[in-house]
Amino acid sequence: MRYLLVVLVGLTLLPGSLGSATAQAATLTVYSGRTRELIEPLFAQFMKATGIQVRVRYGETAELAATILEEGQNSPADVYFAQDAGALGALAYAGRLRRLPDGVLQKVESRFQSSDGAWVGVSGRARVVVYNTRRLTARDLPASLQDFTHPRWRGRIGWAPTNGSFQAHVTALRLLWGNERTKQWLTAIKANGARAYRNNTAIVAAVGTGEVDVGFVNHYYLFGFIRERGQAFPARNYYFPGADAGNLVNAAGAGVVDSSRNQAAALQLVQYLLSEDAQRYFSNQTFEYPLVSGVPASPLLLPLSQIKTPKIDLNHLQALEQTLKLLREAGIL
Amino acid sequence: MATAVPGLGSLGRQAVERRPAAPPLVWVPALLVAGAALLPIAYLIVRAAGADEGIWLLLLSPRTFRLFINTVLLGAAVAATAILIAVPAAWLTVRTDLPGASAWRVLTVMPLVVPSYVGAFVLITVLGPTGILQAALERLWGVTRLLDIYGFFGAWFTLSLFTYPYVLLSVRAGLRGIDPAIEEASRALGQSGWTTFRRVTLPLLRPSIGAGALLVLLYVFSDFGAVSMMQFDSFTTAIYLQYQASFNRSYAAALSLVLVALTVLVVVLEGRQSRVRYHRIGSATARLPRRVHLGQWTRPALLFLAAIATVGVVMPVGVVTYWLVVGLRHGDSILVSLRPAINSITASVLSALLTVAAAMPVAVLSVRFRGRLSTAITRVSYAGYALPGIVVALSLVFFAARYVVPLYQTLALLVFGYMILFLPQALGPLRSALLQVSPAQEESARTLGRTAREVALTITVPLARSGVVAGAALVFLTTMKELPATLLLSPIGFDTLATRVWSAATEGFFSRAAVPALLLLLASSLSVGLLLSQERNRWRDE
Repeated sequence: MRYLLVVLVGLTLLPGSLGSATAQAATLTVYSGRTRELIEPLFAQFMKATGIQVRVRYGETAELAATILEEGQNSPADVYFAQDAGALGALAYAGRLRRLPDGVLQKVESRFQSSDGAWVGVSGRARVVVYNTRRLTARDLPASLQDFTHPRWRGRIGWAPTNGSFQAHVTALRLLWGNERTKQWLTAIKANGARAYRNNTAIVAAVGTGEVDVGFVNHYYLFGFIRERGQAFPARNYYFPGADAGNLVNAAGAGVVDSSRNQAAALQLVQYLLSEDAQRYFSNQTFEYPLVSGVPASPLLLPLSQIKTPKIDLNHLQALEQTLKLLREAGIL
Repeated sequence: MATAVPGLGSLGRQAVERRPAAPPLVWVPALLVAGAALLPIAYLIVRAAGADEGIWLLLLSPRTFRLFINTVLLGAAVAATAILIAVPAAWLTVRTDLPGASAWRVLTVMPLVVPSYVGAFVLITVLGPTGILQAALERLWGVTRLLDIYGFFGAWFTLSLFTYPYVLLSVRAGLRGIDPAIEEASRALGQSGWTTFRRVTLPLLRPSIGAGALLVLLYVFSDFGAVSMMQFDSFTTAIYLQYQASFNRSYAAALSLVLVALTVLVVVLEGRQSRVRYHRIGSATARLPRRVHLGQWTRPALLFLAAIATVGVVMPVGVVTYWLVVGLRHGDSILVSLRPAINSITASVLSALLTVAAAMPVAVLSVRFRGRLSTAITRVSYAGYALPGIVVALSLVFFAARYVVPLYQTLALLVFGYMILFLPQALGPLRSALLQVSPAQEESARTLGRTAREVALTITVPLARSGVVAGAALVFLTTMKELPATLLLSPIGFDTLATRVWSAATEGFFSRAAVPALLLLLASSLSVGLLLSQERNRWRDE
């Protein structure tokens, strides 16, 4: 048994020590809440362009934020790349993101960045209604998110109340409609038999099979399904025609971790994410909205300028406690 | 609980007599293991202490109470179902003349390798209200919608199906440890085969069943993948919500401590049953069991096993293959990389070795040197297992990044994390195996001049071999599919098959998830086959 343990310990230590020996100062560590599937080519391009080595830890956005908080000042992370503004806000609130220079912040509209410059949005995602094209046409869909409380939609709606982007949307509703009306809406949608899915992917899959007819999701998940199943995939996105509360554009963004010992290289990576190359990549490969002006969105999408959004400051979307309270009161969480 | 084995005289009832104090060889490593298992709890206490007063509102809210009840009910239902599937399946595959028994032995374990979120997704794809089955029925008879799979039913079904092998492996090890002379005595006294099974075999299996069911129950407590896919709110949902929506680690920690308390309660209750003695005094080696001839029962038995294998193995493989075909048809490029497979197997082998090695002293202590300390150590070692993986992972992030920086994000730390998470999976089968080894054999060796260490290595470990194999198999398979701790604790860039599946599936790229998913199933089944071939499986033919 003793020999077994010695061998074991030796084996387990070996790759670890090799790993840290090869880690050099010029190596950048990224914690990415965005998946390898979508983002890895971008990092590869960055490495080729700058010669800076990038090592990426992929994981869930919120869990990586918690990891950076637990690591404290020993965090290996230089850059934090998140799915949504909420997680970036949580790190910024804890003082774990370094203020970005004005030159970086100026590239992106102020509505897609932190008010204190702690993080910047790099790609936009619109809230849309995904609908089953065998059951519905765009003309069957209502002019406002409010109208889904109508009995006509009973048992036909899918949503994801535990999902960060949905909760951000509810926060926006609170700012636009006030708490009371938002709560009434939530209660009415639940009473209308809305199904609670785990996440956006599950909703789009369910709309595709007709398990539900419509779903409240982020716009780009649909395109992954179309890429895999072809144009025949029976679902499409619907944007509300007016400046409806149903139209909200959120951002995925990045920030430089305060404990990073590679601040300059880290900043370079954030700048790269806002470069034309990277913005084009978001446009063409992930079907998100580029946030730097001059780069057009995919022709498959309604242009960002044509989405009529009510005025909302993304910084307020971090005010989640009140939203969660509301969701609990409405019996949804 | 001392009702075991009526009719067997002195065999079952009395408590194990007190043993001399444990040698340092046993209690020093056991204490170290217990210390490791306490790390997550220490972290949770540190974090929960930082919570504001709002935490009491959350803990005492009706919703928290409802989730608590949900979790307990789900756990109990799944554990009961797992026993009902596993006990007959185990008996059929090791004690009867079932055709193709060795293939069934591997096949019935396979559902264990399906990650619960993949399993849930597959079930929804096939059996959901508008799933593949519905589409087929619509073509035949115009059925437009099936009954709802979501909620308690779906969560219960998924978890029962993909966790019963915990009981199965444990019970199989138990069956092998029973001295057939006991059962034969019952038959000789005129009892029927069924009565013998019910009144002799089943009570003797009780520690194995208990150990397996405990693993299932605590697994259900910790599971997030299946319950969230099946839209069923459990206590874990509440914990995840604190991380994902509120970014509130203090509240998450406080909720997790409730789960720890529940775990301790369950482990204490389960622990009561192992006070009876399960070994037989006298013979040093058990004879080979008599193989039961199934006769006319062969067909129903095969049907039963085939049904389980269809839903638990064939269906997941079928659906995943279907994704692959669909993706290929639409020109998706499928890259096969063996690196994640090698990583998965390396990490899982190390995890199985370390966990079994760590569980051994704890098991010996708890079976042979019963006392307050040994009981405490045994109970403590269950703590990590019932906690969601994310909680255990964050606790190790907390300690390693602060106090042992050189180890942080190394394979060593990852394997250490697996050990904390899966210790009970090795401990359960080891304890039940040791309970079946008579201490008299160890004592004889001591009186013949062997040292305690020699006895442990030459008598105890070899005799507990079935427990070692079962424990190693469980830990290996569970590590293969582990996700949350792997994502946070692995060396950077250390992809496993499970992380590849997750990465592709969360974006809806099911065809890209297909190759790593199939490799996961393949690598696991080959390893299981190899491992299970080590199980002794011989019969005495009449």
